[in-house]
Amino acid sequence: MKITRTFIFSIVFLLAGGLLLIAALQRTNEIVPYRMTTLPQHVVPSVAFEAPGVTTSILRFPNEDDSLSFNLEIPTVSYSLIVALLFVGVGTYGLVPLQNERAQRTKTNGLILAGILIIPTVLILAAAGQSTNMISMLGASFRLGTPIIIGAMAGIWCERSGVVNIAIEGMMLTGAAFGFVAYTFVTASIPGQGGLWIGIAVAVASGGLMALLHAWLSVTFKTDQIISGTVINIMALGLTAFMRREVILNADASFETLSEFSIPLLSKIPVLGEVLFTGKPIFFSMFLLVILTHVMLYYTRWGLRTRAVGENPHAADTLGINVQRNRYINVIIGGLIAGLAGAWFSLETAGGFRDGMTSGTGFIALAAMIFGKWTPFGAAAGGLLFGFSQALDTRFQLLNVPIPVQFVQMTPYLVTMIVLAGLVGRATAPKAVGQPYEKE
Amino acid sequence: MSEAPVVLEVRGLTKRFPGVLANDHIDLKLHQGEVLGLLGENGAGKSTLMNMIYGLYSPDEGEILVNGKPVNIKNPNDAIALGIGMVHQHFQLVPVLTVTENIMLGTESVRGPFLDRHKARQRILQISQQYGLDVDPDALVQDLPVGVQQRVEIIKALYRHANILILDEPSAVLTPQETQGLFQVMRTLIDQGVSIIFISHKLKEVLHICDNIAVLRLGKVVGSADPKTATQESLASMMVGREVLLRVEKSPATPGEPVLAVQNLTVQDDRNLIAVNNLTFDVHAGEILGIAGVQGNGQTELVEAITSLRPVVGGKIIVAGKDVTNFTPRKVTETGVSHVPEDRQKHGMVSSFSIRDNMRLQTYYKKPFAKGIVANDKAINQASEQWVAEYDVRTPSIFVSMGSLSGGNQQKAVVAREFTRASKLLIVAQPTRGVDVGSIEFIHKQIVKMRDAGTGVLLVSTELDEILSLSDRIAVMYAGEIIAIIPAADADRERIGLLMAGVREGAVQHE
Repeated sequence: MKITRTFIFSIVFLLAGGLLLIAALQRTNEIVPYRMTTLPQHVVPSVAFEAPGVTTSILRFPNEDDSLSFNLEIPTVSYSLIVALLFVGVGTYGLVPLQNERAQRTKTNGLILAGILIIPTVLILAAAGQSTNMISMLGASFRLGTPIIIGAMAGIWCERSGVVNIAIEGMMLTGAAFGFVAYTFVTASIPGQGGLWIGIAVAVASGGLMALLHAWLSVTFKTDQIISGTVINIMALGLTAFMRREVILNADASFETLSEFSIPLLSKIPVLGEVLFTGKPIFFSMFLLVILTHVMLYYTRWGLRTRAVGENPHAADTLGINVQRNRYINVIIGGLIAGLAGAWFSLETAGGFRDGMTSGTGFIALAAMIFGKWTPFGAAAGGLLFGFSQALDTRFQLLNVPIPVQFVQMTPYLVTMIVLAGLVGRATAPKAVGQPYEKE
Repeated sequence: MSEAPVVLEVRGLTKRFPGVLANDHIDLKLHQGEVLGLLGENGAGKSTLMNMIYGLYSPDEGEILVNGKPVNIKNPNDAIALGIGMVHQHFQLVPVLTVTENIMLGTESVRGPFLDRHKARQRILQISQQYGLDVDPDALVQDLPVGVQQRVEIIKALYRHANILILDEPSAVLTPQETQGLFQVMRTLIDQGVSIIFISHKLKEVLHICDNIAVLRLGKVVGSADPKTATQESLASMMVGREVLLRVEKSPATPGEPVLAVQNLTVQDDRNLIAVNNLTFDVHAGEILGIAGVQGNGQTELVEAITSLRPVVGGKIIVAGKDVTNFTPRKVTETGVSHVPEDRQKHGMVSSFSIRDNMRLQTYYKKPFAKGIVANDKAINQASEQWVAEYDVRTPSIFVSMGSLSGGNQQKAVVAREFTRASKLLIVAQPTRGVDVGSIEFIHKQIVKMRDAGTGVLLVSTELDEILSLSDRIAVMYAGEIIAIIPAADADRERIGLLMAGVREGAVQHE
């Protein structure tokens, strides 16, 4: 029998489902049959086949106005049983040797569904017998997803024009450091939060400068784009550590961060209001950037040209489009955006700068971009997934789950592997990405 | 001869590349409303000349005149502004974009900051109506057959108000029927006042469609011809510089035992769709079985399955009495199968290796090329020298990289390697694609020689003329099936052309 991706993933789910099934079956005594009278008044039961049993996972959705608060009580054992059976079913069906196209599609969709279900399942299992605040959980996902999503937008601008950008990390770090340096210089003479805004401007500009270097090396001198990106990442590490030691450590500034605000009215919507419409400026700019990137890419002249240059630069050239200029501009815009993502670390979140404080976020942003197949909304979804998983880490520690936190941190990457490498099909990068353009 | 005004003229145009004089003082005139055929072998300088006219290269000497006025064309934008449009040999389209997006690219209509797709679409529909170029503006280019992609390219030029159109080897990728369609379009364009430069090395087509012919050789215009009086032979000898035999001379075949038997073969393509469907045929020793068909009807997958480069899903492949289904490629090779692949750059050679190293790709581990675990350099060099001479591979030495040779010489080197290996079955796929007339003649002769020596030959080609002139029997493939096998004596262009388009012959005829 031929070993296909479907085959491998089916086995994985079969095993996972089997294990979960055994674990759940051992605790069937905890299932209490459903009786109408046991239903608590103010509780919204989810897909409950049973009344809240001995072990439930309570997902809380609190609200300022208490009448709008609600809880989801999920009977842990029943939920596990259902999911386990689904995993086993999907896995088994995946192994049935059916060759026709419809069966293949059903198999694939089943495996994708199972893959997505991993996320809530992990959360629900972790919260077994306890309760956890979902609003703060979701809020943290979006907040932690912010630099990832903004970084992914930087990657899209760059790579859609055909220039690989693994230097997002370096550009972010540069932005974080230089933005903060600028802030320490001006904060004494500028009242209020003005200094922070100047810091942001400098962060954005410094990301752009790093991108200019990247463009210069990879577009003008046709250096291998991976090497050029690596150079920038290493350089950024050294340069920012130097800045910290020489400038930041000596600075005498009150380290504050951008202040949070709520959008009137919208922030009053239950659940969504607190998650989406309360936050800090860079957080809000993320939404704007995703929409702008999408509109730019698909509805403007510049976007059409950028996509053409990234796919077939020679064709663009024969139509009189200046390939090099297009790539320069896109790479620099990408750098400016990456600089903004850097400012998120030092000026919006930490109120300070540590060496290597971006800790790989730039690379995760690249993963999110690939996850989204180089589309803005797809990449945003990917960024959110990664943000969610980071939020999950903290949550696991709060819930005292007896699983080493490193394993939990693997969840998003596991999901990415399953969804991306395995089933959705090959991620299709812009055709010309990574190739310097040579006019024969 | 023409009274019409001259719309494009080049005078003394010269272009040098390091070590090569690509264009040497070229003079040409294109009159309003005529088709000027530009003939020449690969490397004769046709593309260089056109790239200068289109602004992709700048000339070292000489001048270009458009409508009698000298112009300076620095980039394609200048050419476009002067009304020059070019359809490149390799289409310059972005496959993931729609037809409309491809056509408007570079001269987008906008409304405010946004693209105005609707307006562009209207113009495309209007052009497509005016010139009879049928195309769906909303389709993705990657989903279109090549013939339609070419139409998109032509519309792209007309969209930019081109009245001088350069067509660079437009028929190279088309079926006979599609080529007829192209000629129809060209006539419509001429009627509406467009002038066309038609680049080709297909003599028949040039004679058929052109009003005037110029022949290039080694960067010079070596002559012009009037299609009314010129013959294929006279043009060919002008192109190559010596007499060329266009017809393949061969005696009737004397078929022996079957060397290849394909039984109920089923193969999938890269997307796991059935590409070869339940195919059965055989090839006998000492005959050439030609497989005709439009590109993409399963020929590639068939050849890859026989050579074990692609797994067989169902059925059997028997070479010289031995079942080789799903063997490893090396074992198939050792059974006695030689293979000249259709994409020589990808599957026939390692372009960064020297010619010498390419010559021993399949036999490096065997005597005489290996002595124990070390290579026998002397034997390798000797054999390579001999083969290069025998197969007329024009190269400064056997140590230069394969990639530096011209397409025709690369192909001759691959042919040399495959034909000199003792084999019972020879599979040649598109043996003369992108190869010049002189080399075509040579390769064809060698194929016939192999047949006469008793090898069974499976010839896969999309060039109808090649199939007709070489084959002893012709099988036509359509949608993964062989829809007819007919003796070459009963075949003619018309009949094969219809079969290639999938028109099955009435059952009445056979029963």
